[in-house]
Order: sequence, then C-alpha cells, then structure tokens
Amino acid sequence: MGNKQTIFTDEQLDAYQDCTFFTRKEILRLHGRYHELAPHLVPMDYTNEPDCKVPLALIVNMPELKENPFRNRIVESFSEDGMGNLSFNEFVDMFSVLSEMAPRELKAIYAFKIYDFNVDNYLCKEDLEKTLNRLTKEELTPEEVQLVCEKAIEEADLDGDSKLSFADFENMITRAPDFLR
Amino acid sequence: HCCLGVKTLSMKLNAAHPISEQSDPLSLSGRSRGAIISQYYNRTMQLRRRRQSRPAIRDFSRSARPSIRGYGMEVDSTDAEVSKRDRLVNNLQNLSVSDRVRMLRGMPLSVAEKTLQKEKHTLSGSQIPCCSQLKYYIIIGARHSWYSWLNFLHSLQLWQVALKTVSGRFGTGVLSYFLFLKTLLFFNFFLFLVTGAFMVLPQAVHPPVLPAGRSSFSGLELLTGAGYFSDTVMYYGYYSNYTLRKSCRDDGGVQNVSLSNGTRLDCVSKHLSYNMPLAYFFTIGVAFFITCIILVYSMSKSFGQSFRIDKSHSILAMKVLCSWDFKVIKKTSVKLMSENISTQLKELLAEVNQKHVKNTACQKLWRLMVHGLAWTICIGSTTACVLAIYYFSGSRIADNNLLLTEASLLALPVVVSLINLLLPGLFNLAAWMEDYESPSVRTYVAICRNLMLKVSVLGLLCYHWLGRVACWESFVGQELYRFLLMDFIFTLLDTLFGEFLWRLFSEKVLKRRRKPVFDIARNVLELIYGQTLAWLGVLFTPLLPAVQIIKLFLLFYIKKSSVMMNCQAPRKPYRVSQMTTVFITLLCFPSFLGASVCVTITMWSITPSSSCGPFRELKTMFQAGKRWVEELEKDNPNLSVLARAHSYLVENPFFLFVGAGIFLIVIYFHSQVVDGQRKIISLLQEQIENEGEDKKFLITRLQSIHEKKRTPARRLTSQVSLCCSGALQQLFLSKAKTISITWPPLSSYVFFFIYFSFRTSAVEIPTSSRQASSVL
Repeated sequence: MGNKQTIFTDEQLDAYQDCTFFTRKEILRLHGRYHELAPHLVPMDYTNEPDCKVPLALIVNMPELKENPFRNRIVESFSEDGMGNLSFNEFVDMFSVLSEMAPRELKAIYAFKIYDFNVDNYLCKEDLEKTLNRLTKEELTPEEVQLVCEKAIEEADLDGDSKLSFADFENMITRAPDFLR
Repeated sequence: HCCLGVKTLSMKLNAAHPISEQSDPLSLSGRSRGAIISQYYNRTMQLRRRRQSRPAIRDFSRSARPSIRGYGMEVDSTDAEVSKRDRLVNNLQNLSVSDRVRMLRGMPLSVAEKTLQKEKHTLSGSQIPCCSQLKYYIIIGARHSWYSWLNFLHSLQLWQVALKTVSGRFGTGVLSYFLFLKTLLFFNFFLFLVTGAFMVLPQAVHPPVLPAGRSSFSGLELLTGAGYFSDTVMYYGYYSNYTLRKSCRDDGGVQNVSLSNGTRLDCVSKHLSYNMPLAYFFTIGVAFFITCIILVYSMSKSFGQSFRIDKSHSILAMKVLCSWDFKVIKKTSVKLMSENISTQLKELLAEVNQKHVKNTACQKLWRLMVHGLAWTICIGSTTACVLAIYYFSGSRIADNNLLLTEASLLALPVVVSLINLLLPGLFNLAAWMEDYESPSVRTYVAICRNLMLKVSVLGLLCYHWLGRVACWESFVGQELYRFLLMDFIFTLLDTLFGEFLWRLFSEKVLKRRRKPVFDIARNVLELIYGQTLAWLGVLFTPLLPAVQIIKLFLLFYIKKSSVMMNCQAPRKPYRVSQMTTVFITLLCFPSFLGASVCVTITMWSITPSSSCGPFRELKTMFQAGKRWVEELEKDNPNLSVLARAHSYLVENPFFLFVGAGIFLIVIYFHSQVVDGQRKIISLLQEQIENEGEDKKFLITRLQSIHEKKRTPARRLTSQVSLCCSGALQQLFLSKAKTISITWPPLSSYVFFFIYFSFRTSAVEIPTSSRQASSVL
C-alpha cells in the first residue's frame, strides 16, 4: 500500500505497532521528527538497528516539550543512561506513553518517575518542593512552599514514613479523575 | 537447528542488553526490572486462568494485624532474570492475541525490552508443526489487515490538527467543548445515513405526484423552510403512504389508494416493493433505539472514569501532583496555567489555615433571603417569557402579501432565540449577586436554571404544535427547521458581539489586559439545545440531521477562530472529566429522553393528519407496524405465535413494569456492593496505617537494641575477663532458647524481626533474654 518505505523492515514496524500505541504511519512520522532533531546524527536507514542517541539539549527543544517545566525530567526518565540521551526506541516509548491512548496506570508509573527528582523511588519533601517550584514558577514564597509540601505529604502518605511511595501516589491518582495529561 | 537459533539469539540478546539490577539507576517505582517481569508473569498467569486477582476477604484470619502471608505479595525472588523472562514469554504465548497485545503495550518496560519478548515468542513459534504453522500464518495475515484497517481509520481523523492547536493553547477544558461538538457530529451523521438510506432515497427515486400550484424557488426558503421546500423530500408530507413498486406505470390513479390490504396492481415486478409507511416507522424507531444505546454506553463509560468511591481528602496533594495539563504547549498559556495553579494553592492554603468561621444566625438568614430572591427572579423571568411566547404564538399575522406572511413565520423563532440568548445573562447576574463560594456549585446552579428555561420553552412549543393545522406534521417540521436555523444565526451573532466586539471593547475602552473568558458550560448547553431540536424534528423532517451536520461543521470553524482570536482559558479550575460526564448525562436525560418521549407519544397516540404523509388514514402511526404483522400472519399462519408475542410484549404495560422492576433491583444490588467496597477501603487504610506504625516501632526498637548490645558486650567482656563468664553466657543462651520455645507470641515477633532484618541489612537479631523481654 503506497510507496515502499526503506527506513524500517516490516518486522520492525510490526514490533513497534505491537509494543506501542502507534500506527505504522505515526511511527514513520515519528522517525521523521527524530531525524529532524539531528539530521547529521540520525541515519535514515534503521534496518540494521544503528545505535545512535540524540542528546537531551536537542530533544527538549521540540515544540511539544519546549515550554513544559518538567521537560528535562520527562526525557531523563525515558532514557536508559539517565542522562537524557534518547535512542529512537526510547523516543517512541516516550511519545507512546504520553499519547492519549496510553492507560492511566502506565502514565501514573512514569509520572512518578518524573516527579522523583533524586531517583530514590520515593517522593520525599525535597522532590515535592522542586515539583512545586517548577509548577508555580517560583510565585509562592518559601514558607508557603514548605507548608504546601508538608500538608501534601500528610494527606497522601498512608504508611507514615513521611515520604510518598509509589503505592501512595497511585492511591492518590485513582482519586483524581482529572489526571489526564 | 531451531534450538541452536534460539540459543544464539538469546546469547546475542543478553550480550546486547546487559541488564543487572545494580547498574540500572532508573529502576521503576521501587522495583527492579526483574520484579516487573515477575509481576507481569503473575498477571499473565491470572489472565490465563481467569482467576480473581485479589484474595477474598473471607480467607483472611481475623486479626487486627494480618500477617503478610495472607496477601499475594510479590516478593522479589532471587531467580535469574533470564528464567523469569522465559516464563513470561511462555505465558504471553498462551494468551489470546488481543490480550497479549494489551499486556505488551501496558507494560512499563522500554520498547527494546518488549521487542525482546516478542522476538523470543515469534522464534519459538517457528518450531510448531505445519498445520499450526498455517494457523500461525493466518493469524499474522489477520493482524496485518487489522493494522491496515486501523491505519485507514486514523487517517480519517477529523480536525486533528485544529484540536491540537486549541488544546495547545487553552488546555483540556476548552478542548472538551470541541470534542463534544465532534461527538454530536457523529450522532447526526449516523442518523443522516440511516434516514437517508431507508427513507429519503427510496422516496426520492419514486416521487409521488404533487398537487398543482407549487411555488417557485425564492431565496426566503432557506430561512423559512416553507414555500418551495414544503413539497420536497424534506418534509413528512411528501412521503407516500403506499408500497412503492418498481416499474409500475404510475398514471394518475396510483396516488392515494391505500394498499393496506394488499390489493394488487397489474405490475410486472412484485418482489422489488418497498412498504413506505412501514419503512418510515421502523427507521425512526430503530434509529432512536440505537442512538439510545450508544448514548447510555458512552454515559456509563464517562461516569465510570470520573466517579470515585471514597471522598477525596488529599486536595492539596492532588493539586500539586495532578493538576498540570501536559497538553498545553504555548508559552503564554503555560505561564497562565502556572499563575492559576499558584493562585489556587494560595487559596487552598488560606482555607486550610484559617479556622472555619461560623456564620451567625443573622448572616444565615440574610444569605437565605438573597438566595430566595435570586431564585424568585429566575423563576419569575422564565414564567414571564413562557407566557409571552404562548400569547405570541397564538396570534398569527395574516396579510395579503404572501412574502410578508412567510417572513412572519420567522417571528416566533426569533423571539425564542432572543430569550435563549438574553435570559442566561440575567441568571449570571443573579448568581453574581448570590456570590457562591464554590465554583462547581455555581456552575451546577447555572446549568439548572438554564435547563429549566429551555425545558419549559420547548415543552410549551411542543404543546402548541400538536394537532393545530391541517398537515400539522409538515408544519411542525418547518417550525423546527426555522428554530434550528435561528439558533445558528443567533449563535453567530453572539460570537460576534459577545466575544469579538467585547474583546475590542475591553481592550480599547476599558483598557483591560485580559481577554474575555470562553464560557464552556453555556456553549455546551447551546449545543445540547440544538441537538434536542434535531432529535425532535427527525420524525417530521427526515433531512434535519443533514442540516444539523452542516450547522455543526460551520460552527466548529467559527468557534475555533473566535476562540483563538478573542478568548483565554477559564481562570477557575475546571474539572474536565466531571463536567464531561455531566454534559453527556444532560444530553442523554433531559435532551434525548424528552425528544424520544415526544416522538413516542406522537407515534403511539396522536392521530396523524389525513391529507398528507405516509400515515394518512391510519388511526395512529403505530398501526403501520401492527398492520404489517397482521398481514404477515395472514400470509403465513405459522407466524401467529410471533404476532401474539408481539402484541403481548409491546402493548401490555405489565411487561414494562416487570422489566423496570428487575432493572431497579439490579441497580440496588450494585449500590450495596459499592457501599461495601467503601467500608472495605476504610478498613484497609486503617490496616496500612497500623502496619506502618508497627514497622516504625520495630525498627526503632531494633536500633536501640543494637546500640545497647554494643556497649554491654564491651562491659560483659571486661566482666568475663574478671570472673568466669563462660557460664554466664551459657546461662543467657539457654534462657534465650527456653524463651523462644515456651513463648509462642515471641516466635511470631521473631519472624517479624527476621523479615525486617532482610530488609534493613544493618540490624542483628537479639539473642539475650533481657533484650528480648525489653523488646516485648
């Protein structure tokens, strides 16, 4: 159907369609966007699975992410090395989870990773403070920030260890039907 | 040869992706990749056996502190990761295709990981014998065709770029209005297809003979729907009441002969006949039925997504973590959103900090009076408008000039649209006077008042229309066409004045920086009103869905450009999923239910006019169906059972009562289940808190014991060096042994110690009796 594309083999495209929420055309379009970010770095031919990664600085300049206060954290949580350099697989993964078709549970897992700034698998008070500062662009005073974070942990922490584990986070998300993205 | 392939592939994969738990800095949510794989292994097992995922509460031992063994906890076993992955792949293979794909997509692993799973699965699939290989290829082929079908559907997506632009700038609140518009478009498209295929097309192909004296086309028809249009396929009156037959020479005598008892003409082809009255009746009935099902399904889905069993206490936490709208990408909108969130957080903090000020009795009375006054104003104005419409519709302007008479038909729609435009403004003023604290209460009250107005206006109009004029159905159809059109024109005017000119005014004259806010609730209510008119009118004007489609199409582009130019996103927090549920419920309950009740009453009990339409000379429209059943019975006596069953089920009200009773009982059971779940949730929360407390207590005690153990050990050794300590140590150890044997509760605490000691590696098990007793 249509012109034969030579970027991916059919098996690769099938694998992508099975493992992500995208259709064939969307995956090819994504590859186009990925190539645009770094044309000299990204090969057009992916049939032999080249190992190239686009650095963080180029990815956060995409219009979808540019104004997002959490852009660095989003890209870092999808990268294998934790530094934010994404291979094409990770790139597709990121947009698959961010798309509308991903279920809430999947988004909740990645949202937890994004808000966990010190990557210790808990949302401690410092994580919440950093999140809040990015959300409000430093419009709240430091005392207000402290107060909000304390109260938030008080409300959501179930087992009393004064930080939020993933179970606490998930429990809170299920009570918020507006957690859309 | 195949096994070798598997082996080399697995070795290659392991080399390419060296995964070890230590080197993975981003282990997901407190669990390593291996734990995720074992968790999904468990899930696939359950999916395979279709067992319930949660152990029944009954099976738990009755204790305030349930033991961990009662829960199906996923303890990280120390299996090699490769064997875990193999087991998971094995399980995935045995699931059905759709389950497998859903599992794969939902796993929080990277695409690289998942392709590993897939490759392993497909490779081991090539070992199967040839017949199953054929099945395998068929499955692959089916999957390819399914994906290409999905691709085709995706390419048909309407307005994708436009919606993305709007959501990028305004967020999900304003987007929900446009998505609602798209949903309505699809409903109308479905109606149009059904009525077009089964009613309009056959009648257009076999036009009846029209009475003489048809007016020619003048431009006014587009507005009034009368004149030239009144004798076209657009209205009820055009449709023939006999069975359409192909290649019958229709001379003058065919028209008004009713063929209800099957009189035969000398026609050649008998098998290509089309019973128009029956088709009309059934098409409308089936279209409404299918629309009802689709509406109820989408309403229940939306309700399920937004309803939460327990009340939310964690408002602040939710505001911090869940309120960011990731769809917004424009810089100024992002800035606006941050400002909104900080304002809301400050308000919440103020609320939480200050003590709740109790209103004095005097203040309460004052507030009650204000509310009463506002409601009186609203109800009074609604009643006044309804009476005005009643008297206005009663008077009819008769003039010699035909054109003026036709134009005067537009007077009533104009008046009604004007009322619909101006009165909500009055309601807003009343709400501003009342000054509600919570914005959601304010929105609900506004919706209630608007609904009350529209329902009373529509109810009066329905009463006014039924059975007035000769060929009243066509007249009603024309009236509804005019109302729909006027509604559209007034929406355009409102967009022009309310948004465009108001923005210019507020920028230039009032010198305000902020643009006017897009009122989502009011616009959605207008859409619902228009859709109610369309549903009311389908019976009388089969082409009305087409008109509605054109109107919605134009409205989308007009509203989108207006919003982009003139408006900004709402400042108050807008709970999107809750409001979407409310709107779909409003579409289903007052709107669709009212329209279908009107249509049902018309079909069931009102006499159709005798001079036009497919049901002339029948007592009710419903008789068309009954007659057909009687004819069938006459032709095939075997079907008499069916006919009797039909008469019992449809006409006997007892069956409806029984059905409604069963429905209510089912609802009652479900509500009791929800109640029980609420209680269980609070119990489980208590238990989690208790376990947390236990953990803290035990850890602090263990730490203090560990501290104490260090210092007495030194003193003990010094004492031992002074006197014979060996016997003392022996005594301690023997005491510890007897204690552990004779005190069963202690052993369970020891189990806790052992468990937590694996968790926190820096803790040692106490061995002396004194330390054990101090722990107890």
